[in-house]
Amino acid sequence: MSKKLRAAIIGPGNIGTDLLMKAMRSDWIEPVWMVGIEESEGIKRARDFGMKVSTNGVDGLVPSMKEDNIQIVFDATSAYVHAENSRKVVEQGAIMIDLTPAAIGPFCVPPVNLEELLKEGRKDNVNMVTCGGQATIPMVAAVSQVQEVEYGEIVATVASKSIGPGTRKNIDEFTRTTAGAIEQVGGAAKGKAIIVCNPAEPPLMMRDTIHCLTKDEPNQDAITESVHRMVKEVQKYVPGYRLINGPIFDGKRVTVFVEVEGLGDFLPTYSGNLDIMTAAGLRTAEMYAEAMANGDISSTATA
Amino acid sequence: MDLKGKKITLHDMCLRDGMHPKQHQISIDEMIDIAVALDESGVPLIEVTHGDGLGGASVNYGFPAASDEAYLDAVIPKMKNAKISALLLPGIGTVDHLKMAAGIGVTTIRVATHCTEADFSEQHIGLASEMGLDTVGFLMMAHMISAEALLEQALLMESYGANCIYCTDSAGYMLPHQVTERIALLRSKLKPETELGFHGHHNMALGVANSLAAIEAGANRIDGSAAGLGAGAGNTPLEVLATVLDRMEVETGVNIFKLMAVAEEKIVPLMDNIVRVDRDSLTLGYAGVYSSFLLFAQRASAKYGVPSQDILLEMARLKAVGGQEDLIEHVAMEMAKAKK
Repeated sequence: MSKKLRAAIIGPGNIGTDLLMKAMRSDWIEPVWMVGIEESEGIKRARDFGMKVSTNGVDGLVPSMKEDNIQIVFDATSAYVHAENSRKVVEQGAIMIDLTPAAIGPFCVPPVNLEELLKEGRKDNVNMVTCGGQATIPMVAAVSQVQEVEYGEIVATVASKSIGPGTRKNIDEFTRTTAGAIEQVGGAAKGKAIIVCNPAEPPLMMRDTIHCLTKDEPNQDAITESVHRMVKEVQKYVPGYRLINGPIFDGKRVTVFVEVEGLGDFLPTYSGNLDIMTAAGLRTAEMYAEAMANGDISSTATA
Repeated sequence: MDLKGKKITLHDMCLRDGMHPKQHQISIDEMIDIAVALDESGVPLIEVTHGDGLGGASVNYGFPAASDEAYLDAVIPKMKNAKISALLLPGIGTVDHLKMAAGIGVTTIRVATHCTEADFSEQHIGLASEMGLDTVGFLMMAHMISAEALLEQALLMESYGANCIYCTDSAGYMLPHQVTERIALLRSKLKPETELGFHGHHNMALGVANSLAAIEAGANRIDGSAAGLGAGAGNTPLEVLATVLDRMEVETGVNIFKLMAVAEEKIVPLMDNIVRVDRDSLTLGYAGVYSSFLLFAQRASAKYGVPSQDILLEMARLKAVGGQEDLIEHVAMEMAKAKK
């Protein structure tokens, strides 16, 4: 029996398709189903890749989940439908990796807290925060691992073309969820998130500025080393994650500038914001698969 | 130009846009003092809070002397006739801020997006409109796109529930005919009951001329700021505009001598540096750069030893939009590295 975990992806849009292309290369995940709510380009692409498809939402997937041994489901739809999707697939014994900002389950930013989550055992639902969160929270954590951070603030600038209608309609979900995760995962006492959208042509690469205000004078050497170490951790699953300036120190302010270039699987390389999301989601699923294969966590839901 | 008999709502910016040149440090007492004086001058609408609007308090834009809530709480009860507005930039502020401001008594909410990104405002405009607030869609950096493209975005904001649409010249870049073209097209295609506004910056010393062009083309709300206190070379100087409109027999309801006194006696003494057209602010207007980048570029210039004018020109080349203050320090660092 293959050690690969069989997976379904809900949401055949840009994110879902990019995730599918990454998952098809995975040693640990085998994508089997793509779930949409109607016939669409995304469904057609998934069918061409040999996926089973549902055009009837999650209800079209649920009856086959046991038979097809679907153990991982990714949700790349929207925060508003996520809760229902999650309930239905968890009932069938799968782990839900949530790529929406719904944040029902615990936040997961792989290089910061995935190991800890795995130690806690099986989870029904893990949330991948937001694209801005995936790109910046590792840097907040890199500082807070050295010393107390009273305030963490991130500014994510993304190309207009890389932000879909769902995110635009619910931009507050982005700011709120990211700010919450800067605190809960990044380790800042207080978090703030700002997103700026730039329509320039050619589209600009995702860039993020991370500001931390430390409680005491920053330990410059230790923070610099920690930031460089964390950048390498992120690069393990997002090779185009780059430190472009900093850390710079100005009193108790520590500022780091990063740029995120995507792999260009389905999405263009400038949309590093989307790439880091799909890469983080897949990375999380792979680590669960590995932990299950090693018997570290249960491969079946505890009823 | 004959504007005689037109009724125009003047909207003062010195306690919001004016927070930029003050690095958001106007005190609560100063806010009350100025707002009361503006109210007594007959200015009908006054904007208050952080320069970057509700929720703007941040490392990136600057921490203010007091919270948005504290400013609004202090100013609103003191108003006899004037109404207080607040600005909200989705991506910075959220509907929670909007609800807070409305709860304190803000009657006008202006939801601002970059001119191509109106669909970020649906949530906020929708809610403000549902709450019965005077709801304004504020399209920033409107010089960057054509009149036709601006119209598309204005129609979106109107469809979400905005009862007024602004053409916002955040960079003080527009020439009068460009204002005319945009406002005239909006006027001909938006609902007749939808109000139109113009927000100018005085970087090319065209604040007043552009406002007149906007009025002639169909705008009925005009932003200005007493003594021009605002980002860049400031906003359209409100007392100057009001005086010109008085001569042109336009009805504003403003007592121009009282407003002149506010500008002269209260605002000018408050300025850390005289807000005026100078090399850097003129460069903003010339190159089309977001006006509140000015002080950030000047601070980065001092820290990294590269000319502020060059930083601003580089920001223009990178097509930076409002909110990208964080890019300025990075740009200055890169320029300093290149110089070595």
